[in-house]
Amino acid sequence: MEKEKKWPETWQELTPGCMVFRPGSTRDYHTGTWRASRPIYDTSRCIKCGVCYIFCPEGCISQDADGYFMADLDYCKGCGICAHECWPGAIKMVEEG
Amino acid sequence: MSERIGMEIALAAAEAVALCKPDVVAAYPITPNTHIPEHLSDIVAEGRLDADFICVESEHSALSACCGASGAGARAFTATSSQGLLYMAEVVPIVPSMRLPIVMAIGNRALSGPINIWNDHSDIMSQRDSGWISMFAADGQETIDMMIQAFKIAEHRDVMLPVNVNLDGFQLTHVVEPMMMPSQKEVDKFLPAYKPYAAVHPDNIVSMGSLAMPEIFNEAMMAKDQVLINSKKIILEIWKEWEEQFGRKYEPIGEYRMEGAEVAMLTLGSMGDTAEVAIDALREKGVKAGLLKMKLWRPFPVEELLKAVSGLKSLVVIDRAVSFGGPCGPVCLEVKSALYDQKERPLITNYIIGLGGRDVVVADFVKIAEQAIGAQKKKPAKAYEIYGVRGS
Repeated sequence: MEKEKKWPETWQELTPGCMVFRPGSTRDYHTGTWRASRPIYDTSRCIKCGVCYIFCPEGCISQDADGYFMADLDYCKGCGICAHECWPGAIKMVEEG
Repeated sequence: MSERIGMEIALAAAEAVALCKPDVVAAYPITPNTHIPEHLSDIVAEGRLDADFICVESEHSALSACCGASGAGARAFTATSSQGLLYMAEVVPIVPSMRLPIVMAIGNRALSGPINIWNDHSDIMSQRDSGWISMFAADGQETIDMMIQAFKIAEHRDVMLPVNVNLDGFQLTHVVEPMMMPSQKEVDKFLPAYKPYAAVHPDNIVSMGSLAMPEIFNEAMMAKDQVLINSKKIILEIWKEWEEQFGRKYEPIGEYRMEGAEVAMLTLGSMGDTAEVAIDALREKGVKAGLLKMKLWRPFPVEELLKAVSGLKSLVVIDRAVSFGGPCGPVCLEVKSALYDQKERPLITNYIIGLGGRDVVVADFVKIAEQAIGAQKKKPAKAYEIYGVRGS
């Protein structure tokens, strides 16, 4: 299958009013590329309370099979709110690169 | 059959809108357009119109509510004036960008300050670059007709743009005039039920108003500009249809006594009817004067303007708003810009008149035309003149 174009090539190809007819198309937009620092999760300190999941403004944190919360790095912008809110101190922000 | 009525123009505008059967009317009252939504709310309350009348808390909400309704596939209408238009300004350019065919009546009123509730065109001029189709009614009949035409133009599949119909505050909104009111049957024949291009619905998913990155924004603006420019063709077609059905002719620039004219005045809105009487007086004096009444303001009718002014020695552009610190009034600015590339063009003078409801009478137009004829020989000293200012 031909890969869908990231942008319409010409102005004529735009839909009227730039309407988007494919649901969930923003999933293709990986905001994780904005990140300057990433969250590192220490599962030995994590109590699975989910406060990081509640506060994450991107909604990119979910629970894994073992019940630990993890950020999806494709979308995590590295804002550090999860680390700030995590009262057991299980999340540490580390600079990228 | 149409019925001859005598009615306040704002009420007649509301009756005309009701004949178009809008699904949603959302408005906040502000003088002088108030009677339009007020009367529509009466019509809904009386059970004559099956519409949701949303009493919103501001004009920003009025246009936002119309956006939501239109996005969900409803025919939506709002009305405002002056500060109300400015209060909804954040939403105004979004409507054409989203291609939502909302119709808005603007009872034109001066912008504050000092606070003034009377007529001039400073409100719509502040929003002229927003991407709406914009037309000016010269009298009650044109107000009724344009309200009905506006829905058909806006909803045309090759247009899908909002339309604002401008009627001068008080000079039109509060004046009782004889008019022909089309019947429901006639309007139903002219205006088909609205079939949206897309509507927000769980079975038919569409996102409207999403983010556009710099990589796509130029193209989006090009599309917005082109659709507005191209809408003129459809406007002309629909005006032709109107003329065939109702016998009343609409043109981007209406002409009055332009045969052999050497000097012409160009007006927007209700000033045109007063200026007609002045043209008659000038013609009686032997002055070869004519009148151009601009009805279509956006898209700006460049070709029609060039045709209308060809052969003129002198053109007097009458503005009803000031572009503070600018080279001249907003209408004159555009007229001059359109004529710049022409080899042959008339000498252009610009008078700004009737600000904040200041009366303009026939004698004023005669005086202005005679001054302009005097200016034919030499260039006017000033690029524009605010007419009738005491102390100048």
